[in-house]
Amino acid sequence: MKKKVLSVLLCAAMAAGMLAGCGGDDKASTDDANKPAASDADGSAAGKKFALVTKSAGNPYNEKEAEGFQQAIESIGGECIIKHPESATADAQVSVIQSLISQGVDSICIAANDENALQAALEDAMAAGIKVSCLDSKTNAASRMTFANQAGTTEIGQALMDAVYDIAGGEGDWAILSATSQATNQNAWIDAMKDIMENDSKYANLNLVEVAYGDDEPVKSTDQTQALLSKYPNLKVICAPTTVGIAAAAKVLQDQSSAVKLTGLGLPSEMAEYIGDDDAHSCPYMFLWNPIDVGRLGAYISAALVDGTITGAAGETFEAGDMPNSPYTIVDAGDGGTEVILGAPFKFDPTNIEEWKTVY
Amino acid sequence: MEKKSLWKRITGSREASLVIVLIVLCALISIKNPSFLALYNILEILKNNAVIMIMALGMLCVLLIGGIDISITSSLAFAGMTVGMLFKNGVIHSTLLGFIIAIAIGAACGFLIGLIIAKGNVTPIIATMGFMYIYRGFAYLVANSQWAGADALGGFKDFALESYLGFGVINNVLVIVIVCYIIFFILMKWTKFGRNIYAVGSNAEAAEISGIHVAHVKLAVYTLMGILAGLCGALAVTVYASAQPNMMQNKEMDVIAACVIGGVSMSGGRGSVGGALLGALILAVIAKALPLVGIDALAQNTVKGVIIIAVIVLNVVTQRMMDKNNLERREM
Repeated sequence: MKKKVLSVLLCAAMAAGMLAGCGGDDKASTDDANKPAASDADGSAAGKKFALVTKSAGNPYNEKEAEGFQQAIESIGGECIIKHPESATADAQVSVIQSLISQGVDSICIAANDENALQAALEDAMAAGIKVSCLDSKTNAASRMTFANQAGTTEIGQALMDAVYDIAGGEGDWAILSATSQATNQNAWIDAMKDIMENDSKYANLNLVEVAYGDDEPVKSTDQTQALLSKYPNLKVICAPTTVGIAAAAKVLQDQSSAVKLTGLGLPSEMAEYIGDDDAHSCPYMFLWNPIDVGRLGAYISAALVDGTITGAAGETFEAGDMPNSPYTIVDAGDGGTEVILGAPFKFDPTNIEEWKTVY
Repeated sequence: MEKKSLWKRITGSREASLVIVLIVLCALISIKNPSFLALYNILEILKNNAVIMIMALGMLCVLLIGGIDISITSSLAFAGMTVGMLFKNGVIHSTLLGFIIAIAIGAACGFLIGLIIAKGNVTPIIATMGFMYIYRGFAYLVANSQWAGADALGGFKDFALESYLGFGVINNVLVIVIVCYIIFFILMKWTKFGRNIYAVGSNAEAAEISGIHVAHVKLAVYTLMGILAGLCGALAVTVYASAQPNMMQNKEMDVIAACVIGGVSMSGGRGSVGGALLGALILAVIAKALPLVGIDALAQNTVKGVIIIAVIVLNVVTQRMMDKNNLERREM
């Protein structure tokens, strides 16, 4: 409890420090003495309702984010409302947002199904005084105050590009198996990979032959993987930056004992069977971030927006409980809005997959 | 009986025109990509579309009695997810038991739908829309925010890789597809139950008057559909080595499309097992071929839709010709 009070105080102090444009340390010590203010600050989270809107019910990844969000909100004494739209569409999220506005929540944190289609609903929410932020996948800049980004686009692109380089042995054909052709995240990561490949001569001998789309369906992803194998006999690596695609591709490659190797972004429990260094396994290693931490970061952003520590402008900082990279700084997202980057993606390889497969 | 000319026979049967479409499609694709007709590739197509092919049989019966069932992939997910979680939590270890449980769940799902439609006289699309949400919801409840990956499924996923049912030659999954088709072919062609289905679909009132329990036939047909959906739930889990509550979502449209391409009438009474098979195969070949022949990823769905419409138009034209031929014969 004391830690919480202290962190809330520190947050308040930092905000005050920035506003006053003077040394934060002095402020912290003066605020430290001011105990009643601390209980007020704590009490402000206690009466507040923090809502999370996921992409759809039953998305295991979103479920883990929701779990983290709930943990963090409950740890600061707020009321947590988790809403799952009935389908993974913007329409379904709009009706959820509208019901949250009429419920009078204090903040909405949303994993957007569409970048632009939620703008009207989210602007209504902000007009009603609700603090709107995104996590996992963002809306356009006008529809949000800031965004909890699981990993910077460049960080992901770099990690994947290095994995492809490493697994292919520095040269050869490789292909991408993505989700849908409009998937915001996947497209950003693919563009980042292409940028990195073009601008660094290290990757000059790697040849990206095709970007295929499996629409996050096992059936279609299987067809697309088999098509890649049949079309490009010299293919060395497939990179699938999507959890459904990578699992389907891993199964195809492993069942065929193909020499083609796989990397990308996958769920440890789905991929445990396929991760290994020998020829019997199709995926030497892959990446993902910790969805629980994404949820927690989203929660701390909501809390900081609600108590006024941050407004969502670039350069502001806030405390995020006991998260490893705390305090976080809001940075420019490059789309006219701002974001908070969780950290570099986490690597899952044969040494740690056994431990992680039980987590998510 | 007079012997029909080859041309008459081709224009006189919808199935024959579909066979030609299928052959032309395969020929065109293998010009572009010779490996398409390799045995291995054909087996992969069949395995990857086993679920659609089997459910098309149930949908055939449902469409024949003038109904529709859009809840099938929800029943599939409910059955598949339950089996997946049972394996994950170590409750069951036997593959056979997994299939039996999935089929039992599917049968129960289908029976309930049948009761509502047959006894409650609810319009099939409304009733099954409700159950689509209910059973999908059950799948989520069973999953309880978890899922079963390849590692958790243990020996169950090996079923789709092995071929002990096919005497070591034919993959287990394909054996199940073939057995289902043989059973339904016999069922629809030579049994009273099959004739009753056609009778109810052609004219329910006349069927009732002639002593067929229309409600019983409906109940049986939806239960049968449920049994197949349950079976496919287990199959989908073993083929993709993954059980997720959203599995096969929206694939009911592919199943209905397979039937419609195969010449099954949406208003009942008309359609055959052969048609359903050909429809499902054409759909499967299109899905497999589009990425192979180098059609731009963004244009693939459009091309798929155009081919489906073209095949259906061809089918309708063949049907007209067939009716005209029959009429001519009668006038003579």
